[in-house]
Amino acid sequence: MSETTAPQWKETLRQASSAMRAVYLRELSAYFLTPLAYVFIAIFLIALGAFTFEIGRFFQTNQADLAPFFLFHPWLYLVFLPAIAMRLWADESRGGTLELLLSLPAPTWSLVIGKFLAAWTVAGVALVFTTPMWMSVNWLGSPDNAAIFLTYAMSFLMAGGYLAIACAMSAVARNQVVAFVLSVAVGFLFTAAGLPVVTSGLSGMFGPGAADALASFSLLMHFESAQRGVLELRALIFYGGFIALWLALNAIWVSARKGG
Amino acid sequence: MDALKVESLSRSFGSRQAVRKVSLSVARGETVAFLGPNGAGKSTTLRMIAGYLEPDEGDAWINGASIQSNRTRAQLALGYLAEGAPLYLDLSVKDFLAFLGRTHGLRRAEAKDRIASAAEDAAITDVLSRPIETLSKGYRRRVALAGAIVHDPPVLILDEPTDGLDPNQKIAMRALIRRMGQAKAILISTHQLDEVEAMCSRAILIDRGEIIADTTPAELASRGAGGRLEDAFHMLTRREAAV
Repeated sequence: MSETTAPQWKETLRQASSAMRAVYLRELSAYFLTPLAYVFIAIFLIALGAFTFEIGRFFQTNQADLAPFFLFHPWLYLVFLPAIAMRLWADESRGGTLELLLSLPAPTWSLVIGKFLAAWTVAGVALVFTTPMWMSVNWLGSPDNAAIFLTYAMSFLMAGGYLAIACAMSAVARNQVVAFVLSVAVGFLFTAAGLPVVTSGLSGMFGPGAADALASFSLLMHFESAQRGVLELRALIFYGGFIALWLALNAIWVSARKGG
Repeated sequence: MDALKVESLSRSFGSRQAVRKVSLSVARGETVAFLGPNGAGKSTTLRMIAGYLEPDEGDAWINGASIQSNRTRAQLALGYLAEGAPLYLDLSVKDFLAFLGRTHGLRRAEAKDRIASAAEDAAITDVLSRPIETLSKGYRRRVALAGAIVHDPPVLILDEPTDGLDPNQKIAMRALIRRMGQAKAILISTHQLDEVEAMCSRAILIDRGEIIADTTPAELASRGAGGRLEDAFHMLTRREAAV
C-alpha cells in the first residue's frame, strides 16, 4: 500500500495544525512578554496620530470621515511592519534554533503561517487601538460606518501583505537589519507602483497597458478603492493571493536554509 | 524490526562528498556510538536522519516510517538533540518543554505529565520556572535533552550530548542515557571514547563520509596497537597530513 494514504495526510494536517498553534503562541508571547509589541504599538499610534492631525489636517477638512487617517496607513505599514517581522526568521538563524524548528514533526509551511499570524495579530491589535479615531468622528458627526469598517478590514488585509513581504525577507537575510532594509525596499516597490507619478511616467514610456498592469500589483491601488467605500472582489483576491504568494516564497526560502 | 534503519544515505556539498552511501541500523534497547573525526560526516548523517537535511540519495526509517515519504510520522517517533543543543533562551524551561510538547501534538494533560517526567529524567525539576538564558551550560544541555524526550520517542539521536559538561554532569548524563537505552534505540555521536565503552553496545566509525567499522567497542579497541579504543580510532582515521 502506498504511504501517501488518507491517514498519513490526516496525520500531517493534524501535526501541522498543532505546530502552527504552538509557533503562533510562542511568537505571540515573544512579542507581548517583551517590550517589542508595546513599543511598536505606541510608536505606530504616535506616528499615525501625528500624520493624521498635522499633515492630513483632520480637523480642518470639516468632514466626518477618516480619509486623512487611512491615507497614511500604507506608508506607515511600509516602515513599521518590517520592524516587527524582521526578527521572525533572522533570529532563528542567528540563535541556531532553525535546526530545532525545522526538525519538528511539522511541514515548513505550518511554521511559516504560525509566525506570520503572530505578527499579523500584533498589527491587528495596533489597529484596534486606533478605534478612538472612529469614536471621535462619530461624536463629531455622522460618518458612513459601513465604509469605515470596510476600510479598516482592507487596511488589515493590506498590513498582511506588507507583513508577508517582511516575513519572507526575514527568511532571506541572516540578520535583522538586512531583513528590515530588504522589506522596506521590496514593500516600497509594491507601494510606489500605484502612485500617479509612477503610472503616468510608465504610461509615457511603455504605454497605458503596461502602466495599468504594473499598478495592479500595487498594495496602495487596491486600498484606494476601499477608501472610497467600494468593496472590490479583485482587491480581496489580490491581497489574499499576494499574502499566499509571499508566504509560499517564505516557506521555499526557509526550506532552502535546511542544513545550514 | 530495527527501530532505526538507514540505507545508502549520501550527501554532497558542491563538489565535496560529505556522506557516501551510509547504512546502519539500531534496534530498540540498543545504544550505538557514532564515531569519527571532525568533518567525517557524523552531523551531516544525523541531520539527514532527523529530516533537517535532504539526502541526495538513500532513506532512513524511524520506527518503520520513512523520513523521505512519511516525514511527519518518522519525526514524531524521533527525539533529536542537535549539535550545540539549540534552545529558545528567552523562554522558561517549562515553556520551552510545553512548546515542544505542543509541536508534537501532546494534549494539555498529557503534556503536563510528560514535562514532569522528562524534567525528572533530565534532573532539571529545580529550574523548571527559570528562564533558559540564566542557566549554566550543563543545565542547558539537560534542558535540550529533556526537549528531545518530552514526547517519549522510541528513537533518540543525540549529537554530542555531553559536550561542555563537567565530569559530574557527564556521569549523570551517561547514567540517564544508559537508563533510557534499555527501552529506546539510541544513536549517539561523540568524541568521548570513554563514553562509548561505558554506554554503548556497538560502535560505528565513519571517516571521510564512509562507514569503516561497525562492531562492538571491545572488538574495535582490539584493532588498535595498544588494545585501546583511542588507539584504534587513531589508527583507522589518521590523516596523512594531519594539521
